[in-house]
Formats: sequence, structure tokens, C-alpha cells
Amino acid sequence: MADLDGFRNEVRSWLEENCPMSMRASATGGLASGEDDVCWGGRNFEFKSEDQKLWLDRMASKGWTVPTWPTEYGGAGLSNAEAKVLASELRRVKAKSPLVSFGIWMLGPALLKFGTHEQKLEHLPKIARGEIRWCQGYSEPNAGSDLASLATKAEDKGDHYVLNGQKVWTSYADKADWIFCLVRTDNTGSKHHGISFVLFDMDQEGVSTKPIKLISGNSPFCETFFDNAIALKSNLVGEENKGWTIAKYLLTHERTGISDMGVPTPLNMLAKDKLGLSDDGQISETMLRHQIAEHEIDAAAFMFTLERAKDEAKAGGDIGAFSSMLKYYGTELNKQRHEMILKVNGSDALEWEGQYSNEGDIARNWLRTKANSIEGGTSEVQLNIISKRILDLPA
Amino acid sequence: MALVLSEEQQLLKDSAEGFLAEKAPVSQLRALRDNRDEVGYSKELWVEMSEMGFAGLLVDEDNGGVNFGVVGAGIVAEAMGKTLSASPYLSSAVIAASVIEAAGSDEQKSDLLPQIASGEKIVTLAIDEGAHHNPDKIALKAIKTDSGYTLSGLKTFVCDGHVADTIIVAARTSGEAGESGGVSLFLVEKGASGLIVDRTVMTDSRNWAKVTFESVTVSSDAMLGAADEGLSLIEPALDRARIIVAAELLGVAQECLDQTVKYLQERKQFGVLIGTFQGLQHRAAHLFSEIELTRSAVLKAMQMADTGGDIRWFASLAKAKASKTAELATNEAIQMHGGIGMTDEFDIGFYIKRARILQQFLGDSNFHTDRFATCSSY
Repeated sequence: MADLDGFRNEVRSWLEENCPMSMRASATGGLASGEDDVCWGGRNFEFKSEDQKLWLDRMASKGWTVPTWPTEYGGAGLSNAEAKVLASELRRVKAKSPLVSFGIWMLGPALLKFGTHEQKLEHLPKIARGEIRWCQGYSEPNAGSDLASLATKAEDKGDHYVLNGQKVWTSYADKADWIFCLVRTDNTGSKHHGISFVLFDMDQEGVSTKPIKLISGNSPFCETFFDNAIALKSNLVGEENKGWTIAKYLLTHERTGISDMGVPTPLNMLAKDKLGLSDDGQISETMLRHQIAEHEIDAAAFMFTLERAKDEAKAGGDIGAFSSMLKYYGTELNKQRHEMILKVNGSDALEWEGQYSNEGDIARNWLRTKANSIEGGTSEVQLNIISKRILDLPA
Repeated sequence: MALVLSEEQQLLKDSAEGFLAEKAPVSQLRALRDNRDEVGYSKELWVEMSEMGFAGLLVDEDNGGVNFGVVGAGIVAEAMGKTLSASPYLSSAVIAASVIEAAGSDEQKSDLLPQIASGEKIVTLAIDEGAHHNPDKIALKAIKTDSGYTLSGLKTFVCDGHVADTIIVAARTSGEAGESGGVSLFLVEKGASGLIVDRTVMTDSRNWAKVTFESVTVSSDAMLGAADEGLSLIEPALDRARIIVAAELLGVAQECLDQTVKYLQERKQFGVLIGTFQGLQHRAAHLFSEIELTRSAVLKAMQMADTGGDIRWFASLAKAKASKTAELATNEAIQMHGGIGMTDEFDIGFYIKRARILQQFLGDSNFHTDRFATCSSY
């Protein structure tokens, strides 16, 4: 404990000196999900400010963009307890995340578990420093919820594969440098066999992307086409034909991540700002007040469940299929939260353009959440997993 | 503190579940109901439970208890929710012990707590006066006399009222109904002149009573805690009790899910196990999720209660959530069992009837959702 206190002091004084004021969120918070000022990193990333770059470089130099990764791979080798201290100190100064990245969030954990030492040395430090931006090539036009039916073909050409096929719903493929991708290396046997997990550079002739315009008016997803694209065999992660194991591991990770997006501004604060309080100190719209309280009770219970899941994992329990419950409940709750934000803001929430609504922020964010219960495995897929793997109901 | 049970708490859980499954299964409650048992619980079993330490879980060692805290008491309550074991645990060991601990003088504590912890004395709290829990609205009058007080009025939904040796009654010594100040607590002994106890048979086949006070006189030293400050004194004790009631509701919900899943794994229709039907799988999986959230909310509230500080927010959160989840679980259990779930021969009916009682007791989900909002400053 004394060590942890020492570490806390060290972190605190370092942050005091090194976290630029403009990288500390304003105390008022706000509605915007704020994807505009997020640092994604990557070859072509344009920093929004000097401070944003400085903050990333400073955190990366400490290894604190990926605090629990080993130091040789760009991390700081912190224990879970130390990482918790770091996170709480970052929260204390309301520091913005120095780097948001699918590399950190998704590929990194998979590489740490399944990659070779050479692969880790090659890719992880670049992820930690925000030099390479990654995207995930999983879904295909005919392989969505039934992901294992994927058909993108990989032909063995000795030291490399030649890839042909199409991915869809590839998040930010048009902005990514590299892709981690599920491809089919064998067509015989069960559909789960013959899938391989490969990494390759998107900056090559055989790869093209086409953004998909969504109901929110934004285009965070792409169609991604492979026309004789090349992936080196040195970038095959795990064994050939055994990629499904990695895919499942990563999905589990993704599910936990989607369900754990941090603590948003409480609904009641938004409602108080919008509607004010009546003389008795209550939100004057009583039905809305009750709905908000019901939602916040569930939201708090969900936060405690995330806390419990983490503590059980630390105590040696296996989270496994429990992550499906977290994904299911967390995403449904977030959809409900945005419906509530709509109710709180009434017709103002439905503005689509103009400065007053920051170009329809509320409405666009609300529509974005409709995908929460589809991406990373639909709510129905999660319920299937819970019934089979936790409740042991017959197939 | 990690949001998991400690090794010691896990041991308590295992031993409580094992003990109750063997000694006090649902069949025992069924027998008490069918025989219209006058006591409404097994005295021998209560002696055994007390020897196990259950009656003294919230009483400190100096007063003969084992001092396992709210987490310990909640673990046992959850186990009782699974077996529907009938005993004065909730009334005496949980509520009365907490109230006396919170409001009693040293003399009152050293007199009453050891007797509660040993199981030899049953004490209960009489607080509700109408169909809805609302302590602020207490109207039962306590009028000061030369030697003490005279109590007049009606109390409802008194847990184990007809078997209690002592009733702690919350009465108005000043102010009007609707004010939170002006309420005082009194200890009234069984058999006091003017005390009329009517056992009310309720859905759960357990012990509840309406208690009428017809000019019951008590001496000044029967007062528990300071005059006019009864409600603020016992609010933390009520919150501890609410959390423990939430734990029993959690046990009810978990047992309903477990029995339902087992049924889905065994029952065949259309030539296949009904557990293969996605329509039922998804209902069960959703219920599982709600129960897991409830488990987290209840455990968090129990830990916070043992940590100290203001627990109103946590208690209302836990009681509101557990009440809703138990309502869902009991309804879903009957639906997924189909016709057999409607039969008295099958145990599920006992769970839904107990659940509704516990949902109402010490504030239903609406009461606590409102209170949660108030505690959150909106």
C-alpha cells in the first residue's frame, strides 16, 4: 500500500507538470460524444492542436498509453493496482484520453496473447505511440451475425497470401493504416475451421475502401475490397486455419470494451440543465423524473456489475460468457439513455442542422447508438450465448 | 474494497445455504400453512438458527452476537429467499436489532440485544399505518402523562407481530402527520393492557399483524432514543433492513431462475426439450442479466452499509432494483413453467407470494425510485 501511495504521488506531480490545461475536459461536460477532438493517431492523423500532440508524446514516453503492457512493447509494465491508480489520477485532473485506438483496445490484447515475440516487437510499440492506426476486418456481406461463414479468400503463395473478397462495416477503414483481418485459408471441414487471422498494410494497390453513409448522416463504417491484396506470412497471427480462436477472444474483449465506455454525464444533470428544478428541488416534470431515476438505477447497477466482473477476474474467476451479458445490457442501456436524452431535450433534440444544435449533435449521437446492439454481435446473439454457455440450455 | 465476497463470507453463504436446504426447505413453509400453525414458524428451528449465529449476525460480540455485518446478514437473507425459510430472522435479528443498536441507550442495548442474539426474545418494529410504507405520515399518538406516555392508534404490516415479545412502536409525540420530526420510539411488552394484536394471514403464509393501541400506557423509560427524533435515529437502521430485504428478494429471484432453467432443460413439447426454443432462451437470458445487475447493486449496498456513512442512496437503489427484478423473475417463472406453474402443488407459487410481500415491505420500487431521485438531488 505504501508503494501504491508513493506511485500515486509520483503520478500526481507528473500530471500536474505534464498534462496541458487544454487537454483537461471542462468541468461542465456536455452532450457531444466529442469524436471531433479525439486523438486517433496514425500516419495521416492531423493533430487538432500542439497540445494534443504533446500530450500523446508525453504519455507514450512514459508507456502510459498502454500502462499494463510490458515495457519492451511500449507499455509501462504496471500492475493492475498501479494502472487503477493511474486511471483514477487521470480522472482526477479530467485528462482527455491521449490516444483512442482499436490497436490498444482490440488488436493489442490479442497480439499479447497469441503473437510471436517478433510480431509484438514489430507492431505493439507503434500502437502504443499512436503511429499506426488499425481497423478490424471481420464482417462480410454474407457473414454478419454468422461471422464464421466468412469467405474472403487467402491463397498461399509461399511467403505471402493473396487476398480476394470483401469486408463490410469496417470501422474507419478509410482512415486506417493497417488492418487485422479474418480470411479463409481452407474451405474444407467445419466453417469454424480454415479461418486465419492476418495483418497487412492498407496502403497497397489491392486494397480499396468506400465509406457507408448511415442514418446519422455520418460515415464511420466502410466497405473494404481486396483485389489481389497481399499479406505477408510473417504477419499471420497464431496458426493457419485456427484464427477463429483469436477472433472469439477478440470479440470477447470488444464486448467488454463496448459495454465499458466510461461514466457519461448523469441524465439528471442534463435534465436539470434543460428543465431546471421546481421549488421543492425536484425536476418539475414528474413522469420524466421517475423515468430518469429508473434509468439511473439500472445504470448504477450496471456500473457496479462492471466493477464486480473486474474484481472477480482479478480474484481468478473466468469472465468468459459473462462479457456477453455485459455487452447485451450495456448497449441496450446506452440506447435507452439516448432515448431519454431525446425526451429531456424535446423538439430541440430533433434539430438536424445549424449552430444551435451543433449540427444536430443530439440526434446524430442518438441514431448512432442504434448500432450498439448490432455491432460486435447483436443483442440476440449475446442472449444465445448466455443461454447456451451460462444457463446451459440445450442447443 | 473488492466487490466480491471474502473467503469468510463465502463460507457463511455455503453453510447457510446447506443448513437451510436441509432443515428449512419450502416444504416446511407449506406444512406450516397447511396446518394453519399458530406460531407460524418452527421454534426448534429458530433455536438451531440462533445456535448457528443467525440471530446475532448484526449484534456485536459484547452483547452476545457474532457481528458479521450487513454483508453477513444479507448473505443469510438471500439464502432464506431461496428456501423461503420461516423464522423471526427479519423482524427480530435484522430490523429490531438494528433499531435498538441505532437508537437504544447502553442499558437498553445490554438488556435487549443479548436476548435477541440468543433467539430467546423476539422483538419487532411497528412502523406502517396504511397500505403504503411512509414513515413521515406516522399519526399514532403518544400523549405525555405524569409517569410516561399513553399510546393510541393502529399499526399495520407488523412483521411477526403476533409472536413478538416486545414491539418497538413509532409514535407521534409532536407535530402533524407528514412531518418527519416529532416521532418517538417506545418499547411495548406483549400483553400490555389495551394492546390488541390481530394476526393477518397474508399471501406469503408468514407472520404479519395489525396492532391496535387502545390507550396503552408505558413508562418514560420505555422510550428508545431521544423524544421527537425517532425517525432520524432509525433511518440508517431502516436502510440496513431495506438492503437485507433486497438480498432476500435477490434469493427469491435467483431461485426462480434456477428452477425455471432446470425445467427448461427437462420439459418436452412438440417432441423436443422446450429449452431449445429461442423464445424461452431469450426470456431466461434476459432474466439472468437482470439478476446479475441486482446482485451487484445489493452487494455494493451491503458493503457500503458496513463501511459507514450515508447509505440512503445505495439502500433505495438496491431495494428498488431488487423489487423490480423479483417481480420479473416470479412472473417469468410462472410463464415459462406454463400450466404447472399455476398449480399449488408446485413451489413457484410460494415464491411469487413471498416476493410481493417483500417488494412492499419497507417501501416498494416506486417509493425507493422517488427516494433515489431525492437523494440524487433531483
